[in-house]
Amino acid sequence: MSKIDLDRAWDLHPQVSVRPEPFGALLYHFGTRKLSFLKDRTLLEVVNGLRDAPSARAACAAAGVTDPDLPRYNAALSALVQSSMVVERTAP
Amino acid sequence: MNEAHAPLENEDAVVESLIEEVSIDGMCGVY
Amino acid sequence: MTVAPDRSPRLVDLFEYGLNSPICLTWELTYACNLACEHCLSSSGRRDPRELSTDECKAVIDELQAMQVFYVNIGGGEPTVRPDFWELLDYATSHSVGVKFSTNGVRITPEAARRLAANDYVDVQISLDGATPEVNDAVRGPGSYDTAIRAMQNLHDAGMKNFKLSVVCTRHNIPQMDEFKAIADRYGAQLRLTRLRPSGRGADVWDELHPLPAQQRELYDWLMANGDQVLTGDSFFHLSAYGQALPGLNLCGAGRVVCLIDPVGDVYACPFAIHDEFLAGNVRETGGFAGVWRESELFRDLREPQTGGACSSCSFYDTCKGGCMAAKFFTGIPLDGPDPECVQGHGETLLAQRPEDRANIPKPSADHSRRTTRKPRPVPVTLSTRRPERPPVSACEENPLAGLSLS
Repeated sequence: MSKIDLDRAWDLHPQVSVRPEPFGALLYHFGTRKLSFLKDRTLLEVVNGLRDAPSARAACAAAGVTDPDLPRYNAALSALVQSSMVVERTAP
Repeated sequence: MNEAHAPLENEDAVVESLIEEVSIDGMCGVY
Repeated sequence: MTVAPDRSPRLVDLFEYGLNSPICLTWELTYACNLACEHCLSSSGRRDPRELSTDECKAVIDELQAMQVFYVNIGGGEPTVRPDFWELLDYATSHSVGVKFSTNGVRITPEAARRLAANDYVDVQISLDGATPEVNDAVRGPGSYDTAIRAMQNLHDAGMKNFKLSVVCTRHNIPQMDEFKAIADRYGAQLRLTRLRPSGRGADVWDELHPLPAQQRELYDWLMANGDQVLTGDSFFHLSAYGQALPGLNLCGAGRVVCLIDPVGDVYACPFAIHDEFLAGNVRETGGFAGVWRESELFRDLREPQTGGACSSCSFYDTCKGGCMAAKFFTGIPLDGPDPECVQGHGETLLAQRPEDRANIPKPSADHSRRTTRKPRPVPVTLSTRRPERPPVSACEENPLAGLSLS
């Protein structure tokens, strides 16, 4: 799967609802009726931080993702983009 | 090459360790 | 270089202990129904006078919104016969609760279809149990096939994309899978195949209607070959013992991921388990629905890790998880025993040992069937009349005539 550009700005799709859970979170897209289980709290922090971060890379850093782990989180974010849960931020 | 974009060994398993996707119809007990 | 973790938790493991809120749930709005399907899981027909009022329903929706329940399957009986159905539908979808409603199509007029097509947060599910009138109407009643097709035509004409055509798989319709797919394609619908459970009136006809072992295999093979876009409501996880699991969580969600709210506000573990044994509480209690979901003893028990019982030594237990709790309960099999339709045949052995008169099969205390439509179960003894239905009487009630029904 193609990887996203970590240096661009991203956000949750407006139709996505985030529901924190002990194991991580549930993400539900009201448009596609798809459910994503985030099995990692750090990933949840990244995803929640996208909106206010200048880039996905910055959101990852803010959530404590170390450099060796970055490819893993990149792959996860790419999967979320693939299913329209995460979209590029168009507003400045 | 940008390290963050390096290909992952067994990428599906890696992604699956973080995320799993299911249709909202994928729960048993809803008719 | 990043190393993938050895063993990430499977979804199944994450849910073993339950969730703060259900992910989705079934909500039967009414026991009233214009049909009298032979296998009705809720034994519907007659409205229960204790039905939740419009305001009580809205209070439930408010709770679902607060709990972030994403999706609710509204059913019945026939939900569209409630005069406030449209009002409740709009209320739910404008309060962040996605709705799918299950209908036999009786009220899906062209105008209703247009209204539905305009709401992005509503999914419609049309029930059909035969690809031909002969097969369908034998179970759902004369004219029901035509009603369903007409509803589908109206939805199609109104531009409704991807409504569901939902089929309960039986001995008589499993040979019709290709035809069902063709019908779904013709109207732009998505096919959904689900499992027949011996619940409600289904208990009376399960022996004759449930798929034969070879047919289960046929169904599994068909789903593997054609089921890319076919939904199953995760109702065939017991078939994962054939090999590859079908898409879905592949676990019993009762009381852990899903539950049922019935027309009088009773909360059951699952719509296929409408019986006191699986009654967790009532939304009219002080804590409301949230209180029941989070505090009920029944749900706490269901959220304990399951041990597998007789199935734990089976190599397929890991994926089939011992099968469907409701299917076991209503065929008289112990809950730690095999599924009655266990693909290894372990269920068949137990079923064959049941008493002829099925005396060991639990019957729900309430039956909302219309009085002339319940199919008599063949028994070698004289049956007494069914206990007349009466509303529950509080143990503190002083009036000795409380609950007496003279009609």
